[in-house]
Amino acid sequence: MKAAASIPVLAMPKVRPGRIIAWTLLFIGGIIMVTPLLFMLSTSLKDASQVYDLRVIPEAPTLDNYIEILGDGRFTRWLINSTIVAVIVTLSNVFFDSLVGYTLAKFRFRGRYIVFIAILSTLMIPTEMLVLPWYLMASQFGWLDSYWGIMFPGMMTAFGTFLMKQFFEGVPDDFLEAARIDGLNEFTIWWKIAMPLVTPALSALAIFTFLGNWTAFFWPLIVTTSAELYTLPVGLSSFAVEQSIQWEKIMTGASIATLPTLIIFLFLQRYIVRGVMLAGLKG
Amino acid sequence: MATIELERLVKRYGPATVVHGIDLSIQDGEFVVLVGPSGCGKSTTLRMIAGLEEISDGTVRIDGRVVNDLQPKDRNIAMVFQNYAIYPHVTVADNIAFGLYRSKLSQSEKRRRVEQVAETLGLTHLLERRPAALSGGQRQRVAIGRAMVRDPAAFLFDEPLSNLDAQLRTQMRIEIKRLHHRLATTSVFVTHDQVEAMTMADRIVVMREGRILQVGTPLELYENPVDVFTASFIGSPTMNLLPGSLKDGAATLSLGGTVRAPFASATSSEILVGARPHDLVPSEAGSEGLTVSGTVAVVETLGSETLVHIESAGQTIIGSAPGRQIPRIGEQLTLHAPMEKLYYFDKATEKALAAR
Ligand SMILES: Nc1ncnc2c1ncn2[C@@H]1O[C@H](COP(=O)(O)OP(=O)(O)O)[C@@H](O)[C@H]1O
Ligand SMILES: [Mg+2]
Repeated sequence: MKAAASIPVLAMPKVRPGRIIAWTLLFIGGIIMVTPLLFMLSTSLKDASQVYDLRVIPEAPTLDNYIEILGDGRFTRWLINSTIVAVIVTLSNVFFDSLVGYTLAKFRFRGRYIVFIAILSTLMIPTEMLVLPWYLMASQFGWLDSYWGIMFPGMMTAFGTFLMKQFFEGVPDDFLEAARIDGLNEFTIWWKIAMPLVTPALSALAIFTFLGNWTAFFWPLIVTTSAELYTLPVGLSSFAVEQSIQWEKIMTGASIATLPTLIIFLFLQRYIVRGVMLAGLKG
Repeated sequence: MATIELERLVKRYGPATVVHGIDLSIQDGEFVVLVGPSGCGKSTTLRMIAGLEEISDGTVRIDGRVVNDLQPKDRNIAMVFQNYAIYPHVTVADNIAFGLYRSKLSQSEKRRRVEQVAETLGLTHLLERRPAALSGGQRQRVAIGRAMVRDPAAFLFDEPLSNLDAQLRTQMRIEIKRLHHRLATTSVFVTHDQVEAMTMADRIVVMREGRILQVGTPLELYENPVDVFTASFIGSPTMNLLPGSLKDGAATLSLGGTVRAPFASATSSEILVGARPHDLVPSEAGSEGLTVSGTVAVVETLGSETLVHIESAGQTIIGSAPGRQIPRIGEQLTLHAPMEKLYYFDKATEKALAAR
């Protein structure tokens, strides 16, 4: 600090070579990741004739695609479908994953360990293998081609349960016991005392669940047949199939679909970074 | 206001018994401190009184009523925990109000009670703050406030001062004591700190390995410890214990010299002679009592007195000199304790021998 005080104000801070390498790598990485997004946005602002003109800044930018897409009843329907599915599944996960996670973390009961292992073991099975039993189940119960059919496999997740269990284990028992002495019932203790103490984990869980469901493609594609029930990703891909591929329309739809994701990242950046760290440390 | 009675209280965890049939009767309005080394079952006992831990055997009575099968909330007790257990997501006022969660009082009456308690504890200006903005001492006061607001039959404290720094601990000790004086609510206070026990208790319960060794007022324990454990646990610095063998009504100390042993009989001839550092002072005289000489190894200057550690025949003995007298290290020093200040224990059973 003493040395710094004597340096003229205009002197540049010293840059270490390690920093330069790191920045360069991050910069390249950033470009690689941003380029597709830029092309998506730029294509959405072009008319059909310009689509194969690969300039990033369109020659004659137009909002026609947006007007057309948003005016297309099917698209808005898919948007609403995606929102309904993602919101309900997220709420359900926040509620049930934490309820089960809390029970596993804070109550001693017979078979607790077996339940935990059973939940954990489903983490080892890839989605692709689960699709078949899900489909059979949905068809047996008559859930095919319905909102519930899209949502039911994700209403609770093993990962979310595991994550919440780990976090609830970090909540000191004293908090719960103090509440027990004050006369709160067990459900209220969970809801009013334990849940607020794990909000970082809850926000991470909510964000990941929402994004995961918003972008989900494989299962909604399989379980839905009527276009009114498509979610956005499924609907957009149907654009590509039905008509001769209209890239500018697909890109416009994709741009709109990306918007919630972008907004979430912009506003909840802090929680996402923390969530990733927490999930990494604990999960 | 209530009495608390423990009768042959037992706690087992699987095959391990951690509380071995405790009997204890606590008077209405009494401040009782359970003290003992960590792991001796103090918390477990307290938690069985609170209802947070199932009772394996025996009974707990609060105000004459057996509460074994009652939920914590139905026992009308309040508990203060070591790490405060106040909720970070609500304000101080709401934290205190949790104590009234089950109360049927009107909102405004609850509010009034919270304010009254805050006033008593000097928390009024902090009522709308979150716990994160409070110091450790203030947090502990909030926890006490939540316990007080309900006007419970008894307060249970589990090492509530352990997380505070030394100065604050002393201050909170006095505050709790003063509060108890005012409210006169039956209190059971758990600590591993004998100074806390001595300064706060009406009666101290010394525990070890799930059993009660001795119950008594602080002075009774200090003056008449029933065994070596209590003798060395109570009082600071720890009592000196010098081994010796008994012969013809006198004990020959292993580090030299003899002491008259004024008790009728002992089961074995090997004994321990105890002397508290405060009673062992520099002296020239060879008068009756315990006299030990040795080389000064450590000197602790406390101002009001000076603690002197001397070494004699491989044993370290702590004595005390007046504050202004500071012996030099390496110097030869003779310490003396009068006859009536000595303690005697059977070396094999560690039990105290005869009343003095
Ligand atoms: N849930 C438990 N399961 C098994 N043993 C326990 C459990 N809780 C406490 N113990 C054991 O009981 C003994 C007493 O514990 P505790 O009452 O907390 O001691 P203290 O409060 O005096 O330090 C300890 O040896 C501890 O290991
Ligand atoms: Mg304890």
